[in-house]
Amino acid sequence: MKICVTSEGSSLDSNVDPRFGRCQYFIIVDTDTLEFESIGNPNIESMGGAGIQSAQLVASKKIKVVVTGNIGPNAFQTLQAAGIEVFTGASGTVKEAVNKYKKGEFKAVSNPTVGSKSGILGKNK
Amino acid sequence: MIISVASGKGGTGKTTVAVNLALSLNNVQFLDCDVEEPNAHIFLKPQIKKQNKAFIPVPEIDESKCNYCGKCAKVCVYNAIAVLPGQDGKKGSNLIFAHLCHGCGACSALCPQGAIKEVNREIGIVESGNCGKIEFVHGKLNIGEAMSPPVIRQVKEHINSNKTVIIDAPPGTSCPVVASVKGSDFCVLVTEPTPFGLNDLILAVEVLGKLKIPFGVVINRSDLGNNKTEGYCKQENILVLMRIPFKKEIAMAYSKGEPMVKVFPEYKKDFVTLYKRIIEKKR
Repeated sequence: MKICVTSEGSSLDSNVDPRFGRCQYFIIVDTDTLEFESIGNPNIESMGGAGIQSAQLVASKKIKVVVTGNIGPNAFQTLQAAGIEVFTGASGTVKEAVNKYKKGEFKAVSNPTVGSKSGILGKNK
Repeated sequence: MIISVASGKGGTGKTTVAVNLALSLNNVQFLDCDVEEPNAHIFLKPQIKKQNKAFIPVPEIDESKCNYCGKCAKVCVYNAIAVLPGQDGKKGSNLIFAHLCHGCGACSALCPQGAIKEVNREIGIVESGNCGKIEFVHGKLNIGEAMSPPVIRQVKEHINSNKTVIIDAPPGTSCPVVASVKGSDFCVLVTEPTPFGLNDLILAVEVLGKLKIPFGVVINRSDLGNNKTEGYCKQENILVLMRIPFKKEIAMAYSKGEPMVKVFPEYKKDFVTLYKRIIEKKR
């Protein structure tokens, strides 16, 4: 199955980007074969609504699971409307996050985990 | 004649100049366009006779007409619309983030299906009345709202072109200021002779240059600070319309919410002179 992991770089060895809307890359990875596609995020410099745009981008890739650090309210609402499950709390490399996801170590969230504009300050803020 | 009173920096005395100018002239209409923190009414104490709700138009999508083409989301530069096309036989869906919408109308104008209409979202109130012979209008933006220009435009819909219209603009140099001063025949920039006042005056001058609105400067608390503001005006050939000295009596009247021309009518002639200089400069 294919999932999307937010990443600071374009490979499976890159670190997970804790932001969703303004992450550096979206890595769409097959959890069985580890085949992946990395997509540079065009919404990093967006004035507002980055989460909404990023959620639409992810939805257009027809994946059903997002693994990231935190998720804001607008992105969460959009992903939810697209029927995409969101798993937060990921850190370490993308590959590690995929393994943890497969082992069921992340919990699907039913609410946003951070407020609006959290990603605009940079990571870990 | 529409005269707007603006400044880059806050707290330089826009409202003081606007109010006292209004009280020194005949046949005046006063518009307080500082809708985030209107306060001219504290000086003018108007009798409010009419209250109208202020709105921003936001999109409403008729899902029965929508084919989820995504054009509306694409044209929205504020990312206020998300369109999620249907997948695996499931119907698509649309989300509207009304608080991000600037009410530009692009989505409804460009929807190929004609599925979007604009509906009003209340974001503030416009009140009008009078204080003596002065017609008074001000707007108030609701707490938590970010878009003041629609409220400012609704205040300006009241403009009575048979009168000398005085607009009290918000501080700064961005959209609310542009919305307030746009269409003015003349703009008075109020500043103070401090490095901070000068810094922001220069920014405001640039904005008015872009808008092609003629302007002049009033230097408030003119005997404090340094002479760099005077130097800048001279160098840029900017007319200094008036200098208001720092006087305890003026500060005391202000501290009681009293316009200085009410407490010291002798200042009236200075504001009449200010007006005459504006008229001369316009010629």
